[in-house]
Amino acid sequence: MSTVARSRTRKVDGLSRGQNILRYVVLFAGALVFLFPFYYMVIGSLQTEPDSTVAGAFPNPANITGENYAAINSRIDLLQGLANSGIFAGGVILCTVVFGVLVGYALAQLQWRGRGITFALVLLVQVVPFQLLMIPLYVMIARDYGLADNYLGMILPFAINSTAVLIFRQYFLQVPRALFDAARIDGAGELKILWSIALPLVRPALLTVVLLTFIGPWNEFLWPFLITKEASLQPLAVSLANYLTNVAATAANPFGAILAGACVLAAPAVVLFILFQRHFVSSDIGSGVKG
Amino acid sequence: MLSAPYLVFVLLVFAYPLVFAFYMSFHDYFFAAPGAVVDRPFVGLANFQEVLSDPAIIRSFGNVGIFLLINVPLTVVLSLVLATALNKVVHARTFLRVAFYVPYVTASVAVVGVWIFLFSGNGLVNQILGPLAPDPAWLINEQWAMPTIAIFVTWKGMGFFILLYLAALQNVSEELYEAAATDGAGKIRMFFSITVPGVRPATVLVLLLATVTGANLFTEPYLLTGGGGPNGASSSPVLLMYQRGIEQGAPDIAAAIGVILVIGVLILAFIQRKLAGGDES
Repeated sequence: MSTVARSRTRKVDGLSRGQNILRYVVLFAGALVFLFPFYYMVIGSLQTEPDSTVAGAFPNPANITGENYAAINSRIDLLQGLANSGIFAGGVILCTVVFGVLVGYALAQLQWRGRGITFALVLLVQVVPFQLLMIPLYVMIARDYGLADNYLGMILPFAINSTAVLIFRQYFLQVPRALFDAARIDGAGELKILWSIALPLVRPALLTVVLLTFIGPWNEFLWPFLITKEASLQPLAVSLANYLTNVAATAANPFGAILAGACVLAAPAVVLFILFQRHFVSSDIGSGVKG
Repeated sequence: MLSAPYLVFVLLVFAYPLVFAFYMSFHDYFFAAPGAVVDRPFVGLANFQEVLSDPAIIRSFGNVGIFLLINVPLTVVLSLVLATALNKVVHARTFLRVAFYVPYVTASVAVVGVWIFLFSGNGLVNQILGPLAPDPAWLINEQWAMPTIAIFVTWKGMGFFILLYLAALQNVSEELYEAAATDGAGKIRMFFSITVPGVRPATVLVLLLATVTGANLFTEPYLLTGGGGPNGASSSPVLLMYQRGIEQGAPDIAAAIGVILVIGVLILAFIQRKLAGGDES
């Protein structure tokens, strides 16, 4: 009797047992809602015949095939699409990291004229929505500079990523200035200090920034869609979307093929994220967004 | 010095297009052959007049209104509740974190395919709902198309907002909870009296970001409802910017839509800031 009473009143970090169970029920119900479409995506991509009944949500050995992957690959070159997405994302990451480190360091550790204005600009870039710039950028890049169907044209608008600047600035602010002053007294130039002292110190931020930046261009649809008409240059998100809107009706099992393509597009981002999810730290991202 | 390359880029792909957008919206701007010298006269507010008298465009702004009314409250409430529940979890923490963030890191284009499948006429959702299923199905139903998109975007973006709230929850003082517990306050009372006010700065940010995301809606109406259908019931201003500006070659109209959209977002952000910050009494 007394043990029952004790276990009933025992607190698990301030919560009664019932409340704690309720919490896990809520969390796991949420997780189910979040994960189910992904599970369904994989199942659907392996079905010979699309089966949208409730039974179709469970794997059925008689209805499993890899053909959908072959079907989508014959319509859109998956490897080429992945490569294009990779080049696009890689270019954006490279620019973002280089600019982020340089400007973040300059904003956090150096005194110079125009620092205040630069910081204000960084915040402004963060606030103004891309959609306002979309039409003028299209006119400039596609028409004036002739960079349509060109990797450079895809990458340029995304090269200035404020979030990265803000995250690096936050990290550099935590480094004592004396460390850099000592190096300066020893006669090291700013670039040398940046490369051999500052950069090793912010290595954890580097990975966070790379991961965060990767998601953007890898998943971006609108801009590359506007700027690439040539199929061989389109990132996978664009070619899959075009398949979805145009030719899906002509395939034997359009849903299977679409879902197969969706799996290929989703897999790299999801796998990278799961591998490195520890680096997806809330505090870093919070500082980046809040400035 | 170190910032110089960045500043050049900002001028090139940010400041110049920003000014250019306003310029376009006040001129009779059209596409011309590269290098051709053409006259693009100043037309004052004519583009804005055209935008504001076009029922399709007005409807798209109304659609964003519907979208925001559904998406923003859902996002704020659900992500705060889930973040609070997730905050002190001991078991399966990694699994739960990953589960909540996965939609956020996945391309819209990829998950749109599954949603079309799930919400189609004889899709899984309707199979489960049986006689309760709306007819015509969700995405081709004038009444349900926009709400379905709003729910899709809520689901897709929630992971990021949970992340923001988790960060904010670390700053809420543990002592407040202990003091409240000593005074005999229940969990629900504590949630409303300590957690909710404690994360207010994050709420302001979440409100702003969710609003901006909503205003920027393009991929979902373009793909989920085949370009804003049925009958424009799910069109969005950005979708129309694309259709008018690039498909139909009227970039001046598109730029005017963009300017109105941004002014709208700024007004909404201002109101939200007032409301979320003015609760203090």
